[in-house]
Amino acid sequence: MDAQPPYSGDETVIRVRGLRTRFGPQVIHDGLDLDVRRGEVLGVVGGSGTGKSVLLKEILGLIRPAAGSIEVLGHDITALSEPARVALQRRWGVLFQDGALFSSMTVAENVAVPLREHTDLDNATIEAAVRIKIRMAGLPEDSCSKKPSQLSGGMRKRAGLARALALDPEILFLDEPTAGLDPIGAAAFDELVGGLQRSLGLTVFMVTHDLDSLITVCDRIAALVDRRVRTGTVAEMLTESHPWIRNYFHGPRGRAAIDAQEAR
Amino acid sequence: MTGTAEPAAAFLVPAGTAGTARVLAARGRWVLGAWDGLSQAVEGAAAGLAGAGAVRIEAQGIEALDTVGAIELARLARRLEALGPVEIAGLDPVRQGLLDAARKAECAPPIGRPVERPIIAVVERAGRAAYAMLDETLDLLAFVGMVAITLGRTALRPARLRGSAIIHHMEKTGLDALPIVGLLSFLIGVVLAYQGADQLRRFGAQLFVVNLVGISILREIGVLMTSIIVAGRSGSAFTAQIGTMQVNQEVDAMRTLGLDPVEILVLPRMIALVLALPLLSFYAAAMGLLGGAAASYAVLDVTLAQFLRQLQTAVPVGTMLVGLAKAPVFAAVIALVGCYEGLKVSGSADSVGRLTTKSVVVSIFLVIVLDALFSILFASFGL
Repeated sequence: MDAQPPYSGDETVIRVRGLRTRFGPQVIHDGLDLDVRRGEVLGVVGGSGTGKSVLLKEILGLIRPAAGSIEVLGHDITALSEPARVALQRRWGVLFQDGALFSSMTVAENVAVPLREHTDLDNATIEAAVRIKIRMAGLPEDSCSKKPSQLSGGMRKRAGLARALALDPEILFLDEPTAGLDPIGAAAFDELVGGLQRSLGLTVFMVTHDLDSLITVCDRIAALVDRRVRTGTVAEMLTESHPWIRNYFHGPRGRAAIDAQEAR
Repeated sequence: MTGTAEPAAAFLVPAGTAGTARVLAARGRWVLGAWDGLSQAVEGAAAGLAGAGAVRIEAQGIEALDTVGAIELARLARRLEALGPVEIAGLDPVRQGLLDAARKAECAPPIGRPVERPIIAVVERAGRAAYAMLDETLDLLAFVGMVAITLGRTALRPARLRGSAIIHHMEKTGLDALPIVGLLSFLIGVVLAYQGADQLRRFGAQLFVVNLVGISILREIGVLMTSIIVAGRSGSAFTAQIGTMQVNQEVDAMRTLGLDPVEILVLPRMIALVLALPLLSFYAAAMGLLGGAAASYAVLDVTLAQFLRQLQTAVPVGTMLVGLAKAPVFAAVIALVGCYEGLKVSGSADSVGRLTTKSVVVSIFLVIVLDALFSILFASFGL
């Protein structure tokens, strides 16, 4: 939000260099470089098993890479002291696949968790902030006191998004935000993410399989191929010669999504 | 989010008047990290302007505004509105939107959890639990019936029985349980003999330790201990295995392929356990007696030969048979409950955990209840 420098277009908020990831003998990433610029929406795509979610977890510091450096907001994530890590975690928000809401708490309590953990705000302020976030995420007022199990999949994701936004993060990480949603729900979620990104000046790192999301909300696309990434806008991706990328964007689904966007 | 320790006075500065309105200039970073100072500033300004009438807040001096800052600004506006008209000027559309959201959220009634009336809730829970128990019992009985029918059908065509599955489950539930069952039974035997010796020594009846250990182990404890261990080890495993298959929709897939889950999943497990548990119980009893003999030798100097001779005279072979006769029944109960709970898993992964716990509790409960019934039954037969 406003607590961050204005959008400059070329400031790098996530810088991955020479990343190497191995599970046993299996090499997932090898010499992977990736830059995410402030204020952009980056969509990460790749076939199954190419390590999209692993890349996300490495950037979040949940998995240690075998080699390489990952800098988030200027801090090297692999060499961070515990207090510094916590301070950094307050500057990003993460939405996991199914919302990952704490099932024993109501939606409002879920959204309040980061505020209660990381700030010393009084209850009235926390509650007001929670209400703002829940409204931002497009949830109806009465869902505040519901438990996650009482919500539909789409509403759980919105509640997860509200929790991710609780601390006014600078970077928002989304792991397959539209997976499991019906096309209407998915389109609404895309619109929500796009709208929030614009009004809050967020940088969004989105792992997705959804071609429509890629084409409607992403500024740039990072395709994981051959253990590295190739980045570019949709237009650049369309001219890529790599066979997987060609298949992805020129396959029937890719064409349909692009045509739909052009018709809009 | 830098914890700037700006003095509270810096956030809101009086800036003269504009017409009849008092003017307040808002300055600085209205962000989460500065909340302490912000809230003090808002309190101070609201108190200082008591009776002021119209107020105009000039907000263009705000360097940064996040959600918490917007809430404080909204709070200030609400406090001042009680006194007179308030105007907030100089916000760009994005900040204005945030302020509007904050103003709505700031004055709304508290969220709170769904209302709960404790006493009624307790009564309601008890009622629901009673009904659930009834449903559950009926359901379990229906399941027992279903398994019985499938068993009968399979008995007519024994070729359909999956021999290798039965052997596999016998290995898992029987053979693999030998170390733990043996060790625990041995220790129980030791404990019984040790405690018994202590008491019986007072009457000079040390040798009756053999009767005590022999009868209690052969008749009750051997099979009961084994059943409880197996319920914890294998009953839970049955629930978890079948439950995971439910979550993966493997059971649904079986049904659509015309395969009977009861025949494929339940029967082999039940038959395997019915065969394995009596054997395990026999082994447990032997280990228990061995433990008893070891403790007797250590405490009372009763040699193994003396122990065995006394055991022969004190404990008829029928005692052991009475004990072992219960084992297949317990085995069937453990397997049925384990499989039943597994098949009841629906959708989510957390129901696997819940039902696994439940399967262990229910099967141990039923084993002990049945043991009590067996005692009454055998007593009335004079066994």
